[in-house]
Amino acid sequence: MAKPLHEPGVMVDGFRLEQLVHRGGMALLWRVTRPDLAAPVLMKVPRIGEGADPAAIVSFEMEQMIMPKLSGIHVPKFVAAGDFSVQPYLAMEEIEGTTLLPRLSQLPLPYTEVAEIGVKLATALDDLHRQHVVHLDIKPSNIMFRPSGEAVLLDFGLSHHDQLPDLMQEEFRLPFGTAPYMSPEQLRGIRNDPRSDLFALGVLLYFFSTGVRPFGEGERLSTMRKRLWRDPVPPRALRPDYPPWLQEIVLHCLEIEPAWRYPAATQLSFDLSHPDQVKLTGRAGKLKKDPFTTVLRRRFNTDLTQGRARPGSAAPPSSAPIVAVAIDLSQGSAALTEALRITAERILATVPSARLACLNVLKQGRISLDSALDEQGHNKKIDRLVGLRHWAEPLKLDEDRLTVHVLEAVDPASALLEFVQNNRVDHILIGARHDSLMRSLLGSVSAKIAAEAPCTVTVVRPPRAPA
Amino acid sequence: MRRWGKAVLIALFADIHANRQAFEACLDHARVQGAQRYVFLGDYVGYGADPDWVLTTVMDMVGKGALAVLGNHDNAINVPGETMNSEAQVAIEWTRGQLGPEQRRFLADLPLTLQDESRLYVHAEASKPKSWIYVKSTVEASTSLSATPAHITFCGHIHTPALYSLSITAKMTAFTPVSGAAVPMLPGRRWLAVLGSVGQPRDGNPAAAYALLDTDKKEIIYCRVPYDVDEAAARIRKAGLPPWLADRLHTGK
Repeated sequence: MAKPLHEPGVMVDGFRLEQLVHRGGMALLWRVTRPDLAAPVLMKVPRIGEGADPAAIVSFEMEQMIMPKLSGIHVPKFVAAGDFSVQPYLAMEEIEGTTLLPRLSQLPLPYTEVAEIGVKLATALDDLHRQHVVHLDIKPSNIMFRPSGEAVLLDFGLSHHDQLPDLMQEEFRLPFGTAPYMSPEQLRGIRNDPRSDLFALGVLLYFFSTGVRPFGEGERLSTMRKRLWRDPVPPRALRPDYPPWLQEIVLHCLEIEPAWRYPAATQLSFDLSHPDQVKLTGRAGKLKKDPFTTVLRRRFNTDLTQGRARPGSAAPPSSAPIVAVAIDLSQGSAALTEALRITAERILATVPSARLACLNVLKQGRISLDSALDEQGHNKKIDRLVGLRHWAEPLKLDEDRLTVHVLEAVDPASALLEFVQNNRVDHILIGARHDSLMRSLLGSVSAKIAAEAPCTVTVVRPPRAPA
Repeated sequence: MRRWGKAVLIALFADIHANRQAFEACLDHARVQGAQRYVFLGDYVGYGADPDWVLTTVMDMVGKGALAVLGNHDNAINVPGETMNSEAQVAIEWTRGQLGPEQRRFLADLPLTLQDESRLYVHAEASKPKSWIYVKSTVEASTSLSATPAHITFCGHIHTPALYSLSITAKMTAFTPVSGAAVPMLPGRRWLAVLGSVGQPRDGNPAAAYALLDTDKKEIIYCRVPYDVDEAAARIRKAGLPPWLADRLHTGK
């Protein structure tokens, strides 16, 4: 077995140890250099001396399997790994700055800042979930931000990868994780549900907006197990000015049953970015914990409290997509808006967790300052919002599956593309108009969307006229 | 000392069972992936209608350096006393009539196991290779891994793909591989790779199964390859073999 490394200047597999950056319970972090690399990188070296916790070894193996598979801006870039037979290590990109941990002394943070952090984290989680990984240890010390603002998730030692053997599952009977952030299902040994990360994010949002941890800090299993039936004190009971939309979102994340939470991280990020569109339910106004009778029912509901994993994998994030539809509300396009509605209806029927964002672009003049009012003195934006709701009404969607947005922009295609990008829309439906003078003059919006959108695009045409 | 030899992509095939269409599809797939070496884990014959073609192909490839071990159906060709279920027995008796003396001699000379660097090739559970024990769970996987010092053991026989690993703390993990997803075979663990069947899959997926081992990246990829099931099934019926052997190819059960 390899010896622990102490000395700066020591060479490991072509890397030169420069500085010990962090000494953690499970691993040491060294800043290291290699002649072919432009900048120093971080080397994580597990503490596996005599008497070491077997969990440290297995979790390090898990991380060695997962990290090389990950890519993108929300994870540190993988550089190299070393065998256990020689010197185990993981070399990765060093992210500048600090983790979220030092912010703990500044809690509670302003609500808008909490929402901003939440959007960034949900976006990073969505990216991770789409790479088949559930993090399972989301907490402030595992989160950093790039100078450009994106959240970076660290430490995949407790993670689960859908396409790799789960070494942690077999190795340990007790759940592994960080007590205050651990989801109820993790306590029951379920490790393959991406919604566990949304629970942890809910704990973080609750903590950062109230300064109080929703389930305390207790690490004893009996204390931790209370979250299987006991809901947290609603944030509004702690801070009377707590916005109902934020309480709605936070308590939605903290639902005991994964199925009652957001089905995917994108939908959470969508709500955090559009507070005015959050559908307020009973959660938003709660001032007290659930009544004792409800708690008792949960306490003795074995579905909620039984141990050990259910077989099979949880639904992937792609099963809860955000579908957007761009609707032209002008006169004379009735056949096309009807065709869009029929297409939307078919998609929503096949994917019950999908949500629909209805978009309309209010064109602004390039130079002139447009009035917000039309010739009759109506507010154009409000009229459009009403029009969108009217369009969606026959779909009979639950309020929490539907949002409406009027985008004010000079260039409709760019505005739609920006919305798709910022809200991580999975699928956009857009109508193609025939024989339009506007189209021949200005170019086709649908063609630009089809060419440039980072998601699936369906171009809808009205039914063929009878011959 | 290095555990791994020169960078190479090895294609591994188990339980071809005289299914020419499935075997051809897997060979083509492996060639496109850049396979440089070939390993056969037994049961070239039995069940399917093309034992002659399949064996001729395997013998030719072994002549060019491929490795092959003995399976229980191959053994039954020359050892009539082996106990088998009735359909397998009918198929073996039919197969015997299809093979020439050279092919029978090839089967008779196959070894039960082969060691290749730190890898062991065997048809069934490795502690008693001649008992043809199925590796059904971590119990048999554990027995098999205890019987060998090899870093990775490859076997087949059960027609259902699985990947077992043994940690340095002596805990077994079991995993159902996802087609096309590379799994790193960490050197700190010992591994038992159970391959699915080329010619008669039984995990509910009718596509032919084989695996690729990348000895450079130290990764295994379980592959599923679609093939002309209708043709393979039609040939079984035409040969007068039990119709169930044709039917099950469509469902992969």
